[in-house]
This record gives sequence, C-alpha cells and structure tokens, in this order.
Amino acid sequence: MLLTITTTHHPATDLGFLLMKHPDNVHVVDLSFGKATLFYPEATEERCTAAITLEVDAVELVRGKGSIEDQYVNDRPYAASSLLSVALGRLLNTAMGGRSKIRQELADQAIPLEAMITPLPARGGLALLERMFAPLGYTVEVDAIPLDPAHPDWGNSPYVTLRLSGQVRLAALLTHLFVLIPVLDNNKHYYVGEAEVEKLLRKGEGWLETHPDRELIVRRYLRGFGGLVRKARQQLDERVEAEEVEEHAVRDSAEEAIEKPIRLNDQRMERVVAMIRELSAVSVVDLGCGEGRLLRELLKLPGLSKITGVEVAPRVLAGAGDRLKLDHMPDMKRQRIELLQGSLVYRDDRLKGFDVAAVIEVIEHMEAERLPAFEANVFGHARPGAVIVTMPNREYNALFEGMKPDAMRHPDHRFEWTRAEFRHWAESVALAHGYAIRFDGIGTEDPTHGHATQVAIFTRMDEAKTAA
Amino acid sequence: MKIEIPEFALVLLVGASGTGKSSFAAKHFLPTEVISSDRMRGWVADDETDQDATGDAFDVLHYVVEKRLKGRRLTVVDATNVQPESRKTLISLARKWHALAVAIVFDLPVELAVARNKERPDRQFGDGPVRRHAQALKRSIGGMNREGIRYVHRLRSVEEVDAVEITRTRLWTDRREETGPFDIIGDIHGCATELETLLGELGYAVAWNGKEVQVTPPEGRRAVFVGDLVDRGPRSPDVLRVAKHMVDSGTGLVVVGNHDDKLKRHLDGRNVKVSHGLGETIEQLAQEPPEFLAEMRQWLGSLISHYVLDGGKLVVAHAGLKEEMQGRASGAVRSFCMYGETTGEIDEFGLPVRWDWAADYKGKAKVVYGHTPVLEANWVNGTICVDTGCVFGGKLTALRYPELELVSVPAERTYYEPIRPLEAPAADTGLGQHQLDIGDVLGKQAIETRLYGFVTVREDNAAAALEVMSRYAVDPRWLIHLPPTMSPAETSVMDGWLERPEEAFAYYGSKGVKTLVAEEKHMGSRALIVLARNQSVAEKRFGVHDGSRGVIVTRTGRRFFNDAAIEAAAMHRLDAAMEASGLWEELGSDWVLWDAEIMPWSMKAGSLVRGQYAAVGSAAIAGLDAASQALAAARARGVAVEDLAEAAATRLDDAVRYRAAYNRYVAPFAGIDDLRIAPFHLLASEGAVHDARDHLWHMAMAHRLAAADPAMLVATDYRQIDLEDPAKVADAIAWWEGMTAAGGEGMVVKPLDFIARGQKGPLQPAIKCRGREYLRIIYGPDYDRPENLSRLKKRGLGHKRSMAMREFALGLEALHRFVEHAPLTRVHQAVFGVLAMETEPVDPRL
Repeated sequence: MLLTITTTHHPATDLGFLLMKHPDNVHVVDLSFGKATLFYPEATEERCTAAITLEVDAVELVRGKGSIEDQYVNDRPYAASSLLSVALGRLLNTAMGGRSKIRQELADQAIPLEAMITPLPARGGLALLERMFAPLGYTVEVDAIPLDPAHPDWGNSPYVTLRLSGQVRLAALLTHLFVLIPVLDNNKHYYVGEAEVEKLLRKGEGWLETHPDRELIVRRYLRGFGGLVRKARQQLDERVEAEEVEEHAVRDSAEEAIEKPIRLNDQRMERVVAMIRELSAVSVVDLGCGEGRLLRELLKLPGLSKITGVEVAPRVLAGAGDRLKLDHMPDMKRQRIELLQGSLVYRDDRLKGFDVAAVIEVIEHMEAERLPAFEANVFGHARPGAVIVTMPNREYNALFEGMKPDAMRHPDHRFEWTRAEFRHWAESVALAHGYAIRFDGIGTEDPTHGHATQVAIFTRMDEAKTAA
Repeated sequence: MKIEIPEFALVLLVGASGTGKSSFAAKHFLPTEVISSDRMRGWVADDETDQDATGDAFDVLHYVVEKRLKGRRLTVVDATNVQPESRKTLISLARKWHALAVAIVFDLPVELAVARNKERPDRQFGDGPVRRHAQALKRSIGGMNREGIRYVHRLRSVEEVDAVEITRTRLWTDRREETGPFDIIGDIHGCATELETLLGELGYAVAWNGKEVQVTPPEGRRAVFVGDLVDRGPRSPDVLRVAKHMVDSGTGLVVVGNHDDKLKRHLDGRNVKVSHGLGETIEQLAQEPPEFLAEMRQWLGSLISHYVLDGGKLVVAHAGLKEEMQGRASGAVRSFCMYGETTGEIDEFGLPVRWDWAADYKGKAKVVYGHTPVLEANWVNGTICVDTGCVFGGKLTALRYPELELVSVPAERTYYEPIRPLEAPAADTGLGQHQLDIGDVLGKQAIETRLYGFVTVREDNAAAALEVMSRYAVDPRWLIHLPPTMSPAETSVMDGWLERPEEAFAYYGSKGVKTLVAEEKHMGSRALIVLARNQSVAEKRFGVHDGSRGVIVTRTGRRFFNDAAIEAAAMHRLDAAMEASGLWEELGSDWVLWDAEIMPWSMKAGSLVRGQYAAVGSAAIAGLDAASQALAAARARGVAVEDLAEAAATRLDDAVRYRAAYNRYVAPFAGIDDLRIAPFHLLASEGAVHDARDHLWHMAMAHRLAAADPAMLVATDYRQIDLEDPAKVADAIAWWEGMTAAGGEGMVVKPLDFIARGQKGPLQPAIKCRGREYLRIIYGPDYDRPENLSRLKKRGLGHKRSMAMREFALGLEALHRFVEHAPLTRVHQAVFGVLAMETEPVDPRL
C-alpha cells in the first residue's frame, strides 16, 4: 500500500523538517509484522511529497505465534489498515504530536496539504469517505478500484484511492489518518482493550467530540466492544442516555435495517409475550431462541415456572447464556430457565410436555425440504399445548423501501410466504396433527398487503377428540 | 447337584444370614457378576453391617442390577431375599429387561446359620434375625414360581451346597453360531403348493412318498420359516409335515406364529375361538390319523419365539422384534414375537392398530418377520416383512440371506378373502419411518467402522455439526455418504517447489504399495451424485416421496445447485448416460452413487472468487503499482531505492500472476450447457459398495459414463504407475509438470486398490499434488519466494491425515450400512460423524 503526503507550502522541502526525515534519504523502520519505508518521490521548493510504503510479511501473519489471520489469503498485506496506523505512529510519532525541532511555528500552522492512500478499504460505501473527512475541512476525491479488469461485470473492489486536500496542520492530518484509516477498514488487527479508549480520546482531542459521525467512528474504532464504546462515549459526552443500549442491535443486520422504521422486532416480542400470557402457560419452550430476547421478556412474566430456550448454533447459544447472565442469576430465577442445544429437525424427548412452544421467525431459516421433519418433531412428537409460529409476510415486502421485488428480508431466509401460502401450510399441519388454528398479524395492517409479520397460533385439541 | 442357569438370567441367592451364600457366589460366579447387599452397605456407609444404610444400599443394588440386565449380563444378587416383598423389585427388574429369574435357595438348618454367625465378629446380632429369616423363607418358598421366578433350586444341606455344579446354558433363541446361508420364508398359511414351488425356485428338491416328505436343500443352505404355517389355506397338514421334516433333519428352523400357537392350544383341548381360518385346519386335520395330531401337538409346543442368528446380525421372529427384546426371554418377548404390540386402538376394519415398531428400530441386527401381509416386501430401517399374503391371493416370498435377494412365487388363487386389503407400500409422505433422534447424534459418539474400528466424535464437533446438518444439509434420507478430506503430499525437497509428485509416490512406496493410479485433479467443486432411476425407486429405496429422483450435494452435504431446474436437468442427462452406457443394466441396480468434480469452479465459488481472491488481487496490484511509480520517481531524482524498486516490481509481478491463477478457473455459467461433471468414483449401487474394486475399474466406469454424454461429462485423464518402473514414474512426473504448467490444478495419487493397507493399517485413500500456480491462490501471491517457501515447507500433515483416515472410514461405513438396509439412524450417525470431523479446525491450506 502507499500513503503519500504532499505540501505546496513554500519552500515545500520544509516537509522534511516537519516529518524529521531528510528528503534525499530512505527511512526504514522494522515492525513486528514487516517493515515500513519512507522516501520522497518529489522534493522541490514548489512541491514536496513523502511516500510511505508498508511491506507486510504475509507468511508470518498466518503462521506466526501471534497469528492474526485465519483467512489464509487476505488483503492485510496489501490494504491500508490499522497496520498502517501502527507504521505511522512509529515513523512519524513526533510529527503526529505536532512537534518539530526546527520548524515548530510551521508545525503549529495550517498549511496546504494533500494526502493520497491506496488501496483503502471503504467498508460501508463510498459516501462514508466524504462523511468522515469533509467535516474535518478536506476536499475529498475518491477513485474506485475495479475488482478485476478482465471481468467488468464484477464491478468495483471494496478498495479506493482516496485523495484529500486542505489547509490543515500536518499533525492534524496525520492524526485524522491514524484514527480514520482503521475506522474505514473496520477490521483491527489487535485486541481492543481499555488502552484503546485512552488512545482514541487522546488522538480525537479537538475534533472527534463534534464530528457528526462520532458514534460510528467510536464504535468501529473500538470494534463494537459495547462496554468500551459506552465508556468512550460517556467521556466524550456527558449527555449519554441512561438506558442500556442494545449493542448487538447496531450490528449491521440487513433485516433490521429493512424493518427498522417500524421497530418490528420490538412489536413482535411484545405481541408474542401477550399471546403467551393469554394462553395461561406455565411452561414455554422458545424453539430457535437465538440470543434470548424472548427469553428475557418471558422471565418477567409472572406464573411462568419453566422457560426453555432451544438453539441449534452452539456459539449463539453460549451468547444467549452470557446475555441472560445465567451464571450470576439468583437461584429462584435460575431455576425457571434452561438453555439447550437442539434442532427442530431431530426428534427430541426433552421438548415434550410444554404448554407453549414459540417458533418466532425461525422456519424461514430452514430449508423447505426439512419442514416435514420440523412438523413431525414439534407437532407430532413434542406436542406442546400450543404452538406460536411467526414468519415474514412476503406480500408486505412491497412496502419496504429499497427492497427488490424478489428479494427476501434477510440473506439467510430460505423462503418467505404470502398469507395464502402460510395459511395453507399451517392449516394442513393443524389438520394432520390435531391442532385448532387461528391467524394473527404483527405490525400495522396494510389493507392490501396485510401485516409485516404473520402469525399462526395452534392449540392442541383434546386428545380424546383427536382419537375419535 | 447339577444346576443349569441360562447364560442371561437374574439369579437370586435366597437364604438366611450365615447360610453360606457369599462363599457360594464367590465359588461359582465372577466377582463382577455378584451384587451383594453387604458390599453396597459398605459403599454407601463404610460399614457392611450398618442397618441404617440398608435403604440406600438397596437403591444402589437395584440400580446396578438394572444396568447389568439392560446390558444383557448374568447378574447374581447376594442378599437374604427371604421375603416375597424383598424379591418383588428384583423380579420386576428381570421382567422389565426380559431376563429369566432363577432362585437358588439355601434351605439349611437354622441352628447351623446361628452357630456360624456367632463365630463372626461382625455378625453379633443374636439369633433373632436368622430365625425370622428362616420362617419367612419357609412361608414363601412354595410360592416362588408364582412370584415370577422361572427356576427354583433348593439346597437342603451343607453337603448339597458343596456338591453343586453350575453349568451355564444358552437361551433357546441363541443360534448365533449359525451363519447360514438362509432362505427365510414368509407366512404360508397352508399354501403347500406354493411352498413346494418356492422351495423349487430356491433350489430345494421336494419329494413326497405318500404322506412322507423329503426335502433336500442346495449345499449348505437352510430354510427359516417365520411362522403361521397353518390356517386359512388348503393344505395346512402338509405344510406342517414339510416344516417339521426340515427341522428334524437339521435343514430348517421355525419360529412360532400366532396361528401355530392357537392351533397348539386347540390340540391341547383348550377352548379357543375357531375363527380366522382355524376351522379349515381343524377340518383338514380330521382326515389325519391321531398319531399325527399328537406329534404335531407336541412339536408345535416346542417352537421357539425367535432366533438370533449369524453372530447376532440376524433376528427372525413372526411379528418382528424390537431391539431391547432380542435374545431375551419372557412372556412379553414371546407375546411380542407372535402378535407384535398394539396401541389399543381399533381400526375401521375392526382390527387392532399395530404399533409400528420398525419405524423406531435402530438395532444392529436385521429383523426378518411376517404376520402383517403386505403387497411387496420392503426394507424399513433394517427390518423386512416377508409376508406377502399368499393365502389372500398375493404371493409367497423368501428372503435369501446374506444375499438379501427376494424370491417370490404368486398364489395359485385367492384362498381366503382378507378382512383388510393388503397394505400398499407406505403411502406415507411424512417421516413416519425415518425419524432421527437427537440423542443419536448429540454428545460424544463412538461409531464402529469396519475399516478402522471405533471412531470417536468429540462432543463439541458434534454440536457444531448439528447446526450444519439442521440448517444447511439436504434431507438425511438422501445423505448416505460424505467424502473424506484429502491430504497433500509432504513438501518437496526440491528448491522452488512446495509440492511435487515424488513425495506422494514415496508415501505409498514406503508403505509397500507397488502400483498407483494418478488422476488429473479438476479445478471444480467436489460433489456426490445420488441418482435413482425413477421416482418410485426414490420412494422405495430412499423413502423420499417428494417426486425427486436424486440429489447432488457438496462435500458438506448441502444441495449443490440452488436452481432445482439445473439439478433436475443434470439428473436427467446422467440417467440417460447410465442408460446409454449400459451401466444400469450391468450394475443390476436402479440407483447409483457417483463421486465427482463439478465445473466451473466459479459457479459455486463465485462469492469466494470475488469476495476474496479478486479483492486481494485488486488490492495488491493497486498498492504495488502505485508504490512502484512512487519509487520510480524517487529513483529518478537519485534517491537510493533500487532494492526497494526491485522488490516492489517482483511483488507486483507475483500479484499479476496471482490474478491470472484464479482467472484460469473462472468460466461463465449460464445454464446446463456450461456444466461439466467429471465422475471418478462409482461408490455404490444396489447390493454393493464398490470399495473392493480398484481405481482402474472406477476410472473405466467413469469413462464409459462420460463417453455417453461427452458434452456434459468429462473423462478424467489418468495414469497407472508401477513404482518399480522408473520410466513410468518419470513419465507420470512429466505428465504432472505439463498439466500444471498449462494451468491445471494438479493430480490425485491413489493406491491401485480402493482400500490399501500397510503394516500399520489402512493407508490414505488419496494424496493430492497441486500445481505451482494453483498453490498461489491457496498460499498467497508471493508464496514461492525463497524466504517464504522455506518457512511454508515446515508444515505438519499428521492431523490432516488422521482426519482423512477417520472420515474415509466413516463415509464407507455409512455407505455399507445403507447398502445393507441398516436403519436410517445408523447410516446417519456415520455421515454425521464425517461432518463433525470436518468442523475440526485444520489448516485450510492443506
């Protein structure tokens, strides 16, 4: 990768004094992951450019003891990232601190500066570059880099060549780059700990507090570590809302982004809890509990003595345990809840005997060909007193802005049904397994397209009646 | 006194304290077979005489007894056992696990016991308890049989106790040493004519001399009758004659059917309802002499409930038998064998609704049975009903074992109208008979494989695999195999190369393999193709009723094509090629499993190519190009950057070659016309896993298939290599060099035999040697610079090869189980094991 810094301040060669690197020499610094080199492709009175290149030892990156990449061929050796920030810190620490032995007055002064970085990952879109740098007083110029010239149809790569120009202090430019390159890359190479908060606060002094995208910068710089983000935010701004922020909710989930305007997920949880209350359940199993949002609500419900969350993905299940703080729960609360790894397509005796099974936004995440197994296991074998199934109403997708006609709300959805399709499926399941059924919807009802989320509530008919 | 004890039984030693039970137990039984109440007291309370611990001690005793009985182990309970209530729990455990209960009663003089206890310091409880024990024993000894104890052996003196010799006898059902081959014949119901025809078809000679019959089987074969010899049909007495003759002459086995049992009770003079065709039999028997009736009465009474045959791999019972009852004895077992189990419901024809035990069957033994007439004999979870309703106008069927071939002769006419029409093959489109239980896959599993012994699947791997299997894999009914991972060769000793064929050859050479087959490695995606000849085969053989006739899956069991139409079109073409090449006919199969590579690679790997390979290429080239220009400018103004400029130029060159490397495998895919399939293993077809065939056979089959549709199917180039012929070896290396220089991925080196063994067991099924440019996309653009190569050459293959071996064993095991009609669960367990292994982290570059 290449980073160049150019000035047209006269005499431009003073850049050498500011950077404390002589324009006629090659300056090399060894780093744990490779080496960084600074040299001057041009050095005249009118225009002087310092270039920094970084040579990363790709083999060591994967093999080394402190291996940071499990993806064996990756862009780390080539793209601008936090590795470049580390190199900047090592090569130009004094300049970044705004100090200069011989030209302190110049270091304190805003001068015409240009910077060019290539290739710079711009995760989050090209517009983000403008949002990051324009508020800091730069003119921003972006050139996209095609993915592969042999395949124009593949479009552009995630990388760009970024050119900034403006009248700024050199230290400010270096600091902005130091913070914002990793933010744009969104892929830090080292463990993010408490010390990073300190570093961010120090480097961000004087500009980050008022940056319009402060929230995004903090979050990405600290790589979504909720506690650290909160801590940094608190120190940057005393006016932080007291309420706990759902840190996982900000992870870019396509489904939430699409459904966001109506806060569908919140409504869904609320309605499902209400349905469970109406069913006077004592025991509930949440099939496909994910990270345990419904479970947390159910714990608040009086009269529920057995709450079981079932999730197929071990990591998600462990996450649910952490989120619910199972290990620190008081005994009487802990007794009411249990988490199990389980699957909806295997028969499972542990799922027998529940009053209600909640299957909330789950079936669309399984292959349609496995639905018969799900039906046999839940309705045929586990046979809860009632089953609440929700799924997206495909007709409603027409009302979501920016959704393509055949698209689905989440990349993992295997199918989404119209109301008629859902009704047909649910009725045949109810008939086959001796359940009565009623339908409902969640979200505001559109006269043409129905509700955003469709619901089927199955209630088991009396066994004797079924036999007859 | 000689005492015979069934080798599987619950033996109660009964007698007062001091009558010598423990010494007796130590003399006649293994220490682990004897569960003593004193020892249990010691375990829970550190004191074998602590009466306060009695309750807990017996809890432990009953727990251990139950675990042993569950595992079908002889168990001796050394406690006083003198009161009926103390025996009751034990007897109910025996009943629950279908063990015969045996009592050995120490009915010795009270004074003797009292005197013995006095001599023992730990038994200073006076003579009260002993006298009470003796009284309790006296009162209840007569009723022990009624309590449910099958055999009571009473020892009345010390001399008798000392003289006891115990012999262990096998259960009557245990005929494990009989390995067949067998011809297992379904319900005959008096259809002697069809029986004669069927025996003829099977190669038995049947000769009547008046009422005497002589049946001569083909060399070594024996007939096994699943019962219901009589009733409804025209010649029940003759059927009895044939069956008894064959049993008497050692050429036949018979298990009892409910009709045979009922006839026996009728002959005993019991008041049985004359219905369901018994009347016909009684009429026919009226023509027979009284000696015949007496002989049959006696013989029918001797019939056994079921047989366990062929080392435990085969069970024959009239109405089938669930696993937990096999090789055990109780009234419940006999009843199940004759009638099956009913749910208590009555169907529309007024007949009891049967519990479908076969739907839940997971046992290792195949179960062959009759009782419920069906239109066609069909395997369900390793069980098969061979009652094809001959007397109702259907046919009489035999299963040849171990060939597993069905032989039938049609009924000459309908002798009896069925109350309920013969059941059509399961029209059930649900999962009735194909339910998988989470307990069979979750948690640590040990899977026994015929190739590699027990393979252990770790709990966390199973947990990870559950997610993949549940959310991404195809219907498990199609998933009868998954391929193993493949290890590369050891790194090359030659400068400038990471992998070369020499090391692959050396691996096999050092293990004693002399002949290899090297196959071109196509750059595509691994696929398994399960192809049934038509939908009805898919239904019958795979139990899939959704109208599909096969599936193409990736190496992790996911559907290969997102577009069902392309999959269907590919299936259609493959079927046509199977037909045109004559392979369907030659294999004698209506389904087949091919192992193949599917191209173009970019079709499946599109997002990987664009998201990773192309992205890295674009970043590398953009950055290095810009750096080179900056360096050129610096150099022009005299800065000493020559070395840097040269290094950047080299790296840029590497990046360009990297981009070229992945582009070689990128091809447009617009539809079936762009699809290329290169089959290389014909893994299985009906009745056979083709792992005994060598790779030349597999290649020949694949080439024949490819020739039938050259537009879609690719014939893989290959070489046979004799390692002792240097010219052949050199030729193969030159072939690899040429192939990889032209952009090929490389080659796969296999031992000639599909399963090759060295001195320490099975060898790697295959070793891959990848080309230099291909490796660039695996190890990175500049992997082959000397400073990188020297480090990359230090790589360990042990873990990868161990995984490959275990996955190979599990994959073949799954396939063998499927071919042998094992329960779906048992096939699935092995396939699941492969997937679980694949969740184990291993260097993805290998």
